[in-house]
Amino acid sequence: MALMLVKFDLKKRVKLAQTVWFMYWFAVMAGVLVFSMGLFFKIELRKRSELMDNNESHFLPNLLIFMGLVTCGINAFGGKVCYDSLDPTKFAKWKPMLKTFLVFCVGFNALLIVTALLCFLMRIPLQFTLAEGLRNGMRYYKDTDTPGRCYMKRTLDLMQMEFRCCGNDNYRDWFEIQWVSNRYLDFSAKEVKDRIGSNVDGQYLMDGVPFSCCNPSSPRPCIQYQMTNNTAHYSYDHYTEELNVWKRGCRDALLSYYGGMMNTIGALVVLVTMLEVAVTIGLQYVNSSLSTLANPEDPESESEGWILEKTVKETFTDIMAKMKAMGKGSKVEEGGEAAVATES
Amino acid sequence: MAVGKVTFTKAEREKLAEVLWLLNWISVVTGAILFGLGLFLKIEIQKWQEVMSDQGILYVPHMLISTGLAACCINFLGGKICLDCADTNKFLRWKLVMMPYVVCTFFFTSCVLAGALMCYSIRSQLEESLFLGLRNAMRYYKDTDTPGRCYLKRTLDLLQIQFHCCGNTGYRDWFQVQWISNRYLDMTSSAVVDRLRNNVEGKYLMDGVPFSCCSTFSPRPCIQQQVSNSSAHFNYDQQSQQLNLWRRGCRQTLLDHYTGIMQSIGLTVLLIWLFELLVLTGVRYLQTAMENVLRLGDPESESDGWILENSLAETARSNFNIIKNLGKCYQIDDDPNINVPTAAAEQEVLSQQVQIPVTS
Repeated sequence: MALMLVKFDLKKRVKLAQTVWFMYWFAVMAGVLVFSMGLFFKIELRKRSELMDNNESHFLPNLLIFMGLVTCGINAFGGKVCYDSLDPTKFAKWKPMLKTFLVFCVGFNALLIVTALLCFLMRIPLQFTLAEGLRNGMRYYKDTDTPGRCYMKRTLDLMQMEFRCCGNDNYRDWFEIQWVSNRYLDFSAKEVKDRIGSNVDGQYLMDGVPFSCCNPSSPRPCIQYQMTNNTAHYSYDHYTEELNVWKRGCRDALLSYYGGMMNTIGALVVLVTMLEVAVTIGLQYVNSSLSTLANPEDPESESEGWILEKTVKETFTDIMAKMKAMGKGSKVEEGGEAAVATES
Repeated sequence: MAVGKVTFTKAEREKLAEVLWLLNWISVVTGAILFGLGLFLKIEIQKWQEVMSDQGILYVPHMLISTGLAACCINFLGGKICLDCADTNKFLRWKLVMMPYVVCTFFFTSCVLAGALMCYSIRSQLEESLFLGLRNAMRYYKDTDTPGRCYLKRTLDLLQIQFHCCGNTGYRDWFQVQWISNRYLDMTSSAVVDRLRNNVEGKYLMDGVPFSCCSTFSPRPCIQQQVSNSSAHFNYDQQSQQLNLWRRGCRQTLLDHYTGIMQSIGLTVLLIWLFELLVLTGVRYLQTAMENVLRLGDPESESDGWILENSLAETARSNFNIIKNLGKCYQIDDDPNINVPTAAAEQEVLSQQVQIPVTS
C-alpha cells in the first residue's frame, strides 16, 4: 500500500508540475536569502573580531554560505526538471537520475535541519569567546603605542558607545585594570607614586571609567573619576545614581545582539527547510505520477502519484536489506537473505 | 508662424501615443521616487530639528512630497489619455480634458524645477538657522529639569558623538556658556564662589567641555577639564591637544551633511524635471496633432503638431488680451442696445449737412 496515494489525470499533472515549478523558484530565492544571511553574519563577526581575540569560530556562517549556494543549485535543477516534466520527450532524459536526486534532496534537508539547530546552539561557545576577548581587550586599552593593539582603544570606545555598555560584566571591571598608559602618568607626583605603591602588581588603578561609558541621557555632566567617592562630587550618591554611566556589561550586550541575530537566522532556516521538504515531496509526486502512466504511449492517460511506493516500514526493511546485501558483497547467501527479508 | 511645427502621419501619431503611454508610466515611477526623496529629506531634517532655530527648511521636503504625489496622479491620468489617443474615436472622450491636462502638466513641471532650485538655494537660510539653533542648544544644555528643554543635553551629546564635532564653531564655544547646572555646584565651596564672582553675569564658566567632545582617535584618555592649560596635565603636548577633542564645529559639519544630501536630491530632481519636460513636449504635440485631425475631419490624413500655434510674441499678446477682456466683461462699452455714434456715422451726418444747403 503506497504512502499518500493520489490519482492524477493530465490536467492535474500539469497543474502539479506548474505549482512545483513555481515553488522551486521561491526556493531558489530562499537559497539566496540563506546565502546572504550567512554572508551578513560573517561580516558582522569580522567587524568585531578584535573584541573576540580573533578567535571566533566562522564555522556557522561558512556553513550557511555553503548551504545557500547548494540550495540555489538544487532548486534550479529541480525547477528545470519540473518544467521539462510537461514534455514527455524532455522528461525522459531526466528520468534515470531523478531517484538519486530525490534521495540526495532528502539528505540535504536533514543537513538543513542540523544547520538550523546549530544556529540556536552556537550561542554557548560564543559566550565564552566574548568573555575572554573582552577581558583581553580591556587590558590592551592603554597600549595605543604597541603595533597590533593600537586600535584597541578606539574599537572599545566605539563599541561601548554603540552598544550602550561599559566593561565586561559592569563598569566596575574598569576599576581592576590600568587603562591609563604610563606615558601619561607623572611619576614624580606624590599621588601617582602612592597609588602605584599601594597596588601589589605596581599598577595604576583608580575608580574611574573611560569617557565612552558615559550615558548622554544623564541629567548631569558625566562623572567619570572618583566614582565611588560620594564626597568628591556635589549631590552625588553612587549607590542610587542610575543614569551616569551605562549599567549594562558589554558581554551581555554583544551576546544579546549576536544571539538575536542567530535566532532570527535559525528561524528563517527552519522556514526554508519546510519549503525544501514541500518541494521535495512535490517533485516525488511529479516523478511517481509520470512513471505510472496507465498507457505509456498516451500522455492523457490516468496515473497515480505517491510519496513512498510501499509503506514506511516496508521501505525501511527494503533499505536495510539492500544495505546488508551491499555489505556482504558477492557472497552466495545474498539471494537467500534478500528473499527472507522481503517475506517478513 | 507656428513654433516647432512637425507633420504626423496616422502611423506616426499612433506610435507617438504608444511611446507617450510608456513614458507616462515611467513618470509615475519617477513621481514615486520624488515622493520618496522628499520623505527621506523630511526624516533627516526632523532627526536634528531641535538644533535648528527655524523650521523654514521644511518647505523643501514638503514641496518635493506634494510634487511627487501630483506627478503620480497627473502621469497616471496622462498614461490613460495617451493610450486612448492611439484611436481617434476614443480621443473624442478626452477632447475637452486635453488642454487643461497640458496646462496642469506645465505648471507641475515648473513646480518640479522650483523644488530642484530650492534644494540649492536653501544653504544660507540653513546656516543661519543652525547657528542660532546650536547657540541656544548649548545655552540650554544644563537645563535638564526644564520642561521643553530637558532633552537638549542628550540631543547635543548624541550629535557631537555621531558627527564628530564639538561646539558651534569649535570647542572653545563651550568655554563661554555655563553647561553645568547650578543644581550640581556646591555653592558653599570657595572655588565655586570665586569663579562665579569672576564672571560679570554670575555664570560658572570654565575651560572644560562635555564628554561628547572627546575624540575616539586620541591615544590618551580624554582630557575634558582645563583643556587649554598644557601644564595641568602630564605630557600634554601640541599633538596631544590636536587629537584630544573633535576639532570641527557642529554648525559646519551639519551644514556639509545637509548640503550634500540636498545637492544629490537636487540633481536627481533636475534629471526628473528634464524627463518631465520631454513628456510634456510629447503630450503637447500629441494634443495638437489629434485636434488638427479632428478639424480636418479625416482620421487617416496627416496632421500638423506644434508647441505653440503662433509665434511666442503673438501668443503672449493674445493671452494678455484674453486676461484683459476677462477684466472688462462687466463694463457697458459693448452693450449692443446703446446707440454709440461711431466716427463713420458722424462723417456721414456732416457730409449730409454740407450737401443739403447746396441743393436747397
